Parts: sequence; C-alpha cells; structure tokens
Amino acid sequence: MRELCALVKRDTKLFFKDKGMFFTSLITPMILLVLYASFLSSVYEDTFRSSLEAAGASVSDKLIGGCVGGELASSLLAVCCVTVAFCSNMLMVQDKVSGARRDLTISPVKSSTLALGYYISTLISTLLVCYAATAVCLLYVSKVGWYLTMKDVLLLWLDVFLLVMFGTALSSIINHFLTSQGQISAVGTIVSAGYGFLCGAYMPISQFSDGLQKVISFLPGTYGTSLLRNHALRGVFEEMSNQNFPSEVIEAIKDSVDCNLYFFGTQVSESMMYMILVGTVLLLLVIYVLLNMLHGTKEK
Amino acid sequence: MENIIEIKHLNKSFGEVKAVRDLSFCVKEGELFAFLGINGAGKSTTINIMCGQLSKDSGKIVIDGSDLDQNVDAVKRELGVVFQNSVLDKALSVRENLESRAALYGITGEAFKVRLKELAHLLDFEDILKRTVSKLSGGQRRRIDIARALLHRPKILILDEPTTGLDPQTRNTLWSVISDLRKNENMTVFLTTHYMEEAADADYVIIIDSGQIVAKGTPLELKNLYTGDFITIYGAKEEEIQMLGAKYEAIRDVYRISVPNTAAATQLILRYPEIFKDYEITKGKMDDVFLTVTGKKLTGGV
Repeated sequence: MRELCALVKRDTKLFFKDKGMFFTSLITPMILLVLYASFLSSVYEDTFRSSLEAAGASVSDKLIGGCVGGELASSLLAVCCVTVAFCSNMLMVQDKVSGARRDLTISPVKSSTLALGYYISTLISTLLVCYAATAVCLLYVSKVGWYLTMKDVLLLWLDVFLLVMFGTALSSIINHFLTSQGQISAVGTIVSAGYGFLCGAYMPISQFSDGLQKVISFLPGTYGTSLLRNHALRGVFEEMSNQNFPSEVIEAIKDSVDCNLYFFGTQVSESMMYMILVGTVLLLLVIYVLLNMLHGTKEK
Repeated sequence: MENIIEIKHLNKSFGEVKAVRDLSFCVKEGELFAFLGINGAGKSTTINIMCGQLSKDSGKIVIDGSDLDQNVDAVKRELGVVFQNSVLDKALSVRENLESRAALYGITGEAFKVRLKELAHLLDFEDILKRTVSKLSGGQRRRIDIARALLHRPKILILDEPTTGLDPQTRNTLWSVISDLRKNENMTVFLTTHYMEEAADADYVIIIDSGQIVAKGTPLELKNLYTGDFITIYGAKEEEIQMLGAKYEAIRDVYRISVPNTAAATQLILRYPEIFKDYEITKGKMDDVFLTVTGKKLTGGV
C-alpha cells in the first residue's frame, strides 16, 4: 500500500510539474473554446433562434444563452475527460522512454502495483482538471443562462466522473503498447484532433452522414457526451416546455444537439447510456488488468 | 570470502542473436568486480537478467543465497543499480525523487529522513535537496543516482558505466565514496566501465566478447598473461637501445622497450647494466589486455 501511495504521489506530481504534459492536455479544450468564441457559438445561437422562431415562438436571450452555454459546457467536458486522461497517462510511456520505468521495476514493487499507480494517478489528475473545468463551465452557464437544478449539477459531476474513468481506462490500454516518443506524439495528436469529432463535441453527430452516425453509435464515448448534453440542457428544454414551445420543436432540437441518440433507429435511453458507459469502463479495466497480468508472466 | 553472486551456464538469445552464451562466473562478497566488454558484448543483458528485468533462456543465478527464479524480490532487495544514464525524474526535486524511490522499498517517514540525512552527508548533497533534478550538473546528478541506489542498503552495488561523461574530479569523488562503502559496509561492487584505469583497480576482472567469457583473473594475472612488461630508459642513446635487440619505441627523449615479462627485463638489465642507469619497469595496461584478448579497442567515455 505504501508503494502504491508513493507511486500515485510521484505520478500525480510529475503530471502537474511537467508543464509540457500539463499544457498539452489542455490543447483540445482550448481549441474547442477558440472554436466557440470565433464562430460555433453564433452558429448555434442562430440555429436555435431560427428553428424556434420558425415554429412561431419568441425566445429570450437568456434561454438561447442557456442553450449555447449548455452545449459549450457539455462539449468541453466531453473532450476534456478523455484528452486530459490520455495526456496524463502518457507518463506511463515517458517512463519507458526515459528509463525511469527500469528504475522503478528494479525495486521489488509488483508490476500490477505499478500499473495501478499509473491508473489512480491519471484518474486523480484528470478529475482535478476536469472538475475545475466543470466549475468554470457552470460559472459560465450561470452568466449566460442558468436553468439547472441541483440534481442536474450532481448528475453532471457524475457524468464527468464516469467519462474520466472511461478516458483513463481507454488510455491505459492504448498507452500500454506504446514505447517511444514518436508514438506518444502520434497518439496524442490523433486523440486530440479526432476525439472531439468522434464524440460529437466539435460538431453534433446528428450532422454527420447516416453511415458515419451508425459507426459512431458503436463508440461508448458518444453516450458520455450525450449524457452531459442531456444534463446540461435539461433545464433549458424544461423551460421551453414551460413556455409552451411545441414539443416537436423541442424534440427536434434535442435530436440536433445529440440529446437524443439512436442506435440503428432505436432511441437510447439515459439509463441505457449509463449502462453502456459503466459496462465499457468495467470491460476496459478487465482488459487492462489482463494485459498487465500477461505482461508480468511474459517478463518472468 | 563467500560467493555473493553465482551465475551458472547463463544463456540468452534475442531471435537469432545469441546475446549471452553459457556464461558462468562467481563474484566474492566485498570485492570490486569488473565486467568488461565492448558495446553489444552482452554486459547489459547479463545485468538486466541479474536484476530481474529480463528473462533468461537457461542457466541459474543465485544472489546472496537467493535463487533468482525462486525469489526475485529478495534478490532485488540486495541490489542497488546505478544506470548508465540518469533515470531520475527531472521535473521533481532531489528529495522528492529519493522519497518516491525509498517508499518502493518500504522506507518511509522517519526511517526515510534518517537515511536521507546519512546519504546526503556521505555524498555531499545536503545543499541541493530541494533543487529540481533537471537543474543539477552531471556530477551532482550522478551523486543522486548513487544515493538512490544505496537507499535500501543493498549488499551489491551494480555500476553500469557510472563515470562516463564525468569530469576527473567528480570521478575521483565518486570512487572515493565507493571505496569507503566497500571498506565500511563490505559492499560488493559489480562494475562495467569503459575506463580501463578503473578496471585496473578491480579485485577480479572478466572480459566478455560476443556473449562469452574470453578472459578472467585479477588485473595482475591478466596483465602477466596477456601483455608484457615495459622498460622505460632515460638518458640513453638510440644506438645503445638498438644493442639490446628488443622491440622499442622512442618517446621524445626516452625509449620504451617491450619485454615478454619481468624476468626477461631483469635478464636484460643484468646483461647491459651500463645502459640501465635511469629506468623504470611497468606492467602492461588493462587497455593492452583488452586489445590482446578481444582484438578490439574499448572506446567510450569522454
């Protein structure tokens, strides 16, 4: 236990002290912020406003603000949870490259303890960053249009926790196979650039082609994004309903921002989304444990 | 002295390449053991197997009475390793580095503080404990590497080219510390180096080439076996030197004569006492031994 604590402390400190690693992990959320600041925000605002006004409903700036703010917050958190986890977990690979891994394994510490150390420290580092991001996002939403209940906020924190667990488990498996600086850069770039699109953070999945939507519906991260969207926008939709907006319009907006997700035509419920996410996390953890067990046997 | 390391019929291949071939040797407790070979000779592979970092194909390794196959953790507790390149976390301070590594051996809290104080005093790094490792000089970093290897009071210190790239003063300091450790704590030192003058101070030397032992013995035995003696004569004329009928070379105003051994040198001196007015006899160097044994020159370091 003392060994595990020492490893977690070391790994976590290294993530925050290594400025390169820390700031790299924030690149994707930064890109997203820039995209929103430059044009996505106004695009969404125009879209919401026009679709609502086309339905004959007059809409307040606060409601539109809540809608756009919720969209931004959920997108930002969806990418943050995974990309920060990937960057934080790169320490696992950097230790191999720098030789620190040899220094650690020269001691009588078990390889499973070492692996668990990386997992827990990545989880802690990512949660710290993502919860800080959640707080900032909530602050932003409160400025532009707050319609959230305490339950929504708590569910958002839960969604972030589950997505961080997912990102950490996924990155642990992928990083397990990496051994060089080049591979770190390649995977970092692919994840940073690609995940935002794949999870529907940069652009709603509903705007992709049917074929691509079907492929993406197999990716568990998509459901994490949708959970965040649902909880970040639930209050907004409720307010729209209270203002007697046509339910068809509200459903259409939900479809357009991926609050409603469909798996081959069947709508996926929120509880099912949670089951998919939790199941995936458990599966990935089992794979990670098996990988380390196999690796340990191979070493001996 | 008892054997603290026993390696018998060790074999390791990487695909078609046989890195270690039927290697067998023993290291006695408390001795300075030099393990020499050019890059790729199989030194690092052997060390990695000894440290439990790499599996072996066959053979047996017993370290301080523990069979590596049976009790790798016990073996790891007896080994301290100073790697060729520093493997400390550059973003962390000296103290943080040592604290995290000590905990892997169960050394925490007060026990760590006491050990840190001892090592900081021994290796003279009390004033840089809070400094980030990336800001240390090469010599300072090497001292911390050694401190890290000594944290858990290992019986065997493995030094993998420890002084490569260091200035002579830092090298001397490090060897002085290692010498004290051997004297005071009867620590066994297993050394690989590219500096032959360091190997010349060893108690026992093994030279490996292509994964197998090509020479072994004390430095004196190796020098006697694989190199001759040299007589350096001062103030003699070249015609006189030619009279000796031995192979020689002129170095500025002195002549260096090669003779097969000390007995041959004595005979020569007795036969031509008038030429040998000012002279000295020296043994061949470990560089010559290495060159004779492997046909290769050991290059490296600065």
